[in-house]
Amino acid sequence: MAETAAASTFVERAHKVLGNTKLRGNFRRAMDGLMAKRAAQFADIAAWKSLRARGAAAKRRVLARLPELLEQLEANCTANGIKVHWAETTHEANSIVLKILQDHDARTIVKGKSMVSEEMHLNAFLQKHGIEAIESDLGEYIIQLAGEAPSHIVMPCIHKDKGEIAELFTRHIDGQPYTEDVAELTDAARRVLRSRFAAADAGLSGVNFAVAETGTLVLIENEGNGRLSTTLPPLHIAVMGIEKLVETLDDIPPLLSLLPRSATGQSITTYVNMITSPRKPGEKDGPQEVHLVLLDNGRSRVYADNQLRDTLRCIRCGACMNHCPVYARVGGHTYNAVYPGPIGKILTPQLDGIAVAGDLPHACTLCNACVEICPVNIPIADIMVRLRREAVHPSDSPAVMGAGCKHTATEAAVWAGWKKMYASPALYRMGAKMMQRFGNMMPGGMPLLKEWTSVRTRPVFAKKTLHELAKEQGYSDV
Amino acid sequence: MSEARARILSRLRAAPPSVAPDRPDWQPPRFGDQRLAKFRTMLESWRAEVHDTTAAAWPETLAALLGTKLAGKNSRTVIHAPNTVTGQTLAEAWAGRSDVPVLVPYIESVESFKTVLVQQADAGVTGTVAGIAETGTVVLWPGADEPRLMSLLPPVHVAVVAASSVRDTMADVVTEQGWKDRMPTNVVLVSGPSKTADIEQTLAFGVHGPKEFVVLVLTDA
Ligand code: SF4
Repeated sequence: MAETAAASTFVERAHKVLGNTKLRGNFRRAMDGLMAKRAAQFADIAAWKSLRARGAAAKRRVLARLPELLEQLEANCTANGIKVHWAETTHEANSIVLKILQDHDARTIVKGKSMVSEEMHLNAFLQKHGIEAIESDLGEYIIQLAGEAPSHIVMPCIHKDKGEIAELFTRHIDGQPYTEDVAELTDAARRVLRSRFAAADAGLSGVNFAVAETGTLVLIENEGNGRLSTTLPPLHIAVMGIEKLVETLDDIPPLLSLLPRSATGQSITTYVNMITSPRKPGEKDGPQEVHLVLLDNGRSRVYADNQLRDTLRCIRCGACMNHCPVYARVGGHTYNAVYPGPIGKILTPQLDGIAVAGDLPHACTLCNACVEICPVNIPIADIMVRLRREAVHPSDSPAVMGAGCKHTATEAAVWAGWKKMYASPALYRMGAKMMQRFGNMMPGGMPLLKEWTSVRTRPVFAKKTLHELAKEQGYSDV
Repeated sequence: MSEARARILSRLRAAPPSVAPDRPDWQPPRFGDQRLAKFRTMLESWRAEVHDTTAAAWPETLAALLGTKLAGKNSRTVIHAPNTVTGQTLAEAWAGRSDVPVLVPYIESVESFKTVLVQQADAGVTGTVAGIAETGTVVLWPGADEPRLMSLLPPVHVAVVAASSVRDTMADVVTEQGWKDRMPTNVVLVSGPSKTADIEQTLAFGVHGPKEFVVLVLTDA
């Protein structure tokens, strides 16, 4: 990830994708639909506000007590028979998963949707070790066939239309005729995946909420593949980021009332699956073993900063993507990151470092649309600005990896000069005069101007400064 | 790996503290005497089939429903859990009849029962511990007597709900039934048949789980 991200910039990738009218159409249509459906769910603004305050408070409480809650979760899971593992890095998490699978001689695993497993690049890792990982969420299955990464955290194949999917299915599924009928395509996937479920040695899933009080893993979904992955195979491995906790079972109803409504405009998902232990004696089905892998991957570093910590409240609803004017135009792949859109723009540079993803916080107009709708009230825009500043003007916070890496002496000098000029009336007057006289003579391609003028018309400087115009109008004290 | 644990926790502990805010008041919706009506409309909005019936008559209602649904199939197999009230009622009512589907009990472990579940089952019948009006949801409480997969693998899932168990919201059910002290291996909230909108936001049903979800509401229970 790190290498590819450094290979091109967001701006370069965005330029390419902006010319792709089909892709833009796919995103526009999908985002408009999702925004309308979400708005219909929260038509009562007062109710929405109090619900959001409740959800945000639940997650803020978790962050205030994170270490002790993690220990509580571990203790309760362990008492319930779930084996808990801790991983500092994605490599460590991958190795833990691999070890568990090897201990059980597992050759194939079925996966429910999990963004943390994307963060780990788990499928590629397992493949290298001879274990086949099959994505079973329909969207994830489709992009796995295409050899692509998800372009949205909730709807991974949102960038594809049914023609492309029909072609993929004809190419990859034996005996599958070309059809654009969505029900038939869905049936084909059901047929293929049913047998994979029945034969799989293990199931892997993410976690939406882990309840510290009871040691329960809560997973939500519409398809049933998550339930299958966590029930049919003899072994279940769940992976989650260390922030995905809630304190009590009572925190679940308000958060569940926020998540699917924000994500897809549904009041609830078809299934809410609550797992508290492996199969108990006498029970006929369910996995014999359940493992939970807690992944840090930079989160504890982010946690060290009280402002940036708010990023860890995220419940991954994807609403900020759906409402982002930048995301809607460039799509998820342009971010070249596991998490795209507004949350990705603040999370990726914090997890991977500013040197790798420092351009992402700039892919934002600060329009605040994401902040308005975020169900846990994350100040995304403030954090965006903070990260921009950290890139050139590092604070002493240890939370930001690569802070200051975009600092250049020229830029610093320009801003220092700018500050001086604006602080002194005499200098300001002189500067304005200079621009008025010579501004129009500056070549558009000159170093400091180039980035601006390469995509915009160079401004024409007025013949008179504002001060001069004001004086002509009879204002004397300017 | 416990080193990872120690290092993660010590980093978290070294971070500056933040104050845990109180949980602000939040009032989930109330439906009053519209509760059952809301339960039904919401379920139907998920494309569930809802039928009002009674504690005595529901096996008959189900026989008629499945007669239509499974018409044209040579063998018709319904999975039930004989050691639950629901399963027992069904078995007694359908005993010795040739005009109803074959009842197959789910009493052995999935390892040996998998083929029946995956390939032969036409429907699975389960009980429920509650209904939720706000979202049109039924709550399944699987266990040793009622395995998890019978509501998931067959193409039709039939859930039997006592009207008196329907509450306004999930919060009511969780509190009233004291879930926090008695979470079982697995609890599942179900709102409609399995569905997906992954292809061009177009709804399609039965992608992995049941294509059809039938809810029998026992108005006298
Ligand atoms: S930042 Fe907020 S809106 Fe975006 S995915 Fe996270 S919870 Fe949802």
